[in-house]
Amino acid sequence: MAEKLQLSKKDRLSVAWRHQFLQGSWNYERMQNGGWCYSIIPAIKKLYPNEEDRIAALKRHMEFYNTHPYVSAPVMGVTLALEEERANGAEINDQAIQGVKVGMMGPLAGVGDPVFWFTLRPILGALGASLALSGNIMGPLLFFFAWNIIRMAFIWYTQEFGYKVGTSIAQDLSGGLLGKITQGASILGMFIIGSLVQRWVSISFTPIVSKVTQSPGAFIDWAKLPSGVEGIKSALTTYSQLGATALDEVKVTTLQQNLDQLIPGLSALLLTLLCCWLLKKKVSPIVIIIALFAVGILARLAGIM
Amino acid sequence: MSIITIILIIIIALLAGMEGVLDEFQFHQPLVACTLIGLVTGHLTEGIILGGSLQMIALGWANVGAAIAPDAALASVASAIIMVLGLEGGTTNVQTAISTSIAVAIPLSVAGLFLTMICRTIAIPMVHLMDSAAEKGNIRAMETWQILAILLQGVRIAIPAAALCIVPATVVTDVLNKMPAWLSGGMTVGGGMVAAVGYAMVINMMSTKETWPFFAIGFVLAAIGQLTLIALGAIGVALALIYLGLKENGGSNNGGTGGSGDPLGDILNDY
Repeated sequence: MAEKLQLSKKDRLSVAWRHQFLQGSWNYERMQNGGWCYSIIPAIKKLYPNEEDRIAALKRHMEFYNTHPYVSAPVMGVTLALEEERANGAEINDQAIQGVKVGMMGPLAGVGDPVFWFTLRPILGALGASLALSGNIMGPLLFFFAWNIIRMAFIWYTQEFGYKVGTSIAQDLSGGLLGKITQGASILGMFIIGSLVQRWVSISFTPIVSKVTQSPGAFIDWAKLPSGVEGIKSALTTYSQLGATALDEVKVTTLQQNLDQLIPGLSALLLTLLCCWLLKKKVSPIVIIIALFAVGILARLAGIM
Repeated sequence: MSIITIILIIIIALLAGMEGVLDEFQFHQPLVACTLIGLVTGHLTEGIILGGSLQMIALGWANVGAAIAPDAALASVASAIIMVLGLEGGTTNVQTAISTSIAVAIPLSVAGLFLTMICRTIAIPMVHLMDSAAEKGNIRAMETWQILAILLQGVRIAIPAAALCIVPATVVTDVLNKMPAWLSGGMTVGGGMVAAVGYAMVINMMSTKETWPFFAIGFVLAAIGQLTLIALGAIGVALALIYLGLKENGGSNNGGTGGSGDPLGDILNDY
């Protein structure tokens, strides 16, 4: 061997860039294999100038592969390290490389899904959406840039990490770190989902429970207000002291207000738990969604909601 | 709609479709896709609001393993186009246009799901072509097939989007205006509840005996209106760190005593 073959930073960046298209040819047969091979092509070109070795390498990377698209980056890093050693004459056979890929993809997918799909995206999405609901352009901008900066940094640095530590990462995986990350993300995710259920699932029961005529002083007596600016001031003062019930002489209590006094958002919570149960019973989410729209229309017709 | 607008919409649809499978840049998320369509059609604010409302519903939609969730890409692109058509045709009520678009988005997400399943099946022979290209060492051909497979997923959304653009705006507006109040009101009520399904999907993925208490804390704390989402996030991170730290300490203490954690059992064993 004349000279040690090495992947430059440019090669590794090129792999990381292509890695973003990992799922492009996602198929029911070998899932992400095409995208994986597409990603590693720059490295193969560099490491195997010989036509025969190059073909063997291409075929070797068309095997079954499937994991979370971002946590695939450290797997790629380790694989690059292995391929580099192999190109320089180390005894690393096809099974070893496929073994590392398959061995890492399972546990890593188990971390990637809860961390990215079920914690980070709901949080950033809810943050952006809550701004967007008032038409604020910051909402979408925040979501888009925060997500992509985090994602790109993650893909590049974990690929570099995998490349530097090589196969020893496989031992780290069995340690407690991944378990802790998953658990931490689940806790954060469940906490945030709990607050989202409270804030964003809106159910409002409109039937009127009671109508009470309030005593004088408990409401704004619109007829007796002083005229002009003084009147506005007086009305606002009373309103800020007594709240919305001060607006009318008759205090109307809806079913929703009664429920809110018990636990605000109780009906939203019950609905969410019902959905959880239905999903566990293998009812398709689509069916549930359509059913909820039907319930909404019927309830509006009946004047309940 | 002008030709340039339609072309821009088709480009956005293409990006959204590709992202629907790639899941990297997030062009398929309602918050991004609806905003972009709003931007190119001159209805930016309405687009942002529609994006925010749909995003709340789609928060928990994620592809895990081989299982595929409702498709956010077609839902967000198509509903944004329908909203824009409704607005251009002169609908006075923006709220009706938005809530109707949301209701339309749901069946569309199912249609998008079937379309992506078709694309993922067509990808099988494409990957076989990549195999035979690998056999010959033809790297250029392999790359081409990968790119074509991605484009196929983009076209999946671009074609329905283009078809919708041809619908005259007045037709959409007429339909919106003729809609009885109970129907649009009912769909608004339904839309308020639908978010629960997405949250339930997330809960089912992550709930364990250990994490349910944190759900309860989050639910109760969120009733305090002064806490922003960022504040709630900070509390959540702190709770997770505290829990993990305490658990580690607790674990090492148990290890130290060497007991089985069952006092009665220990006594019986010693007896």
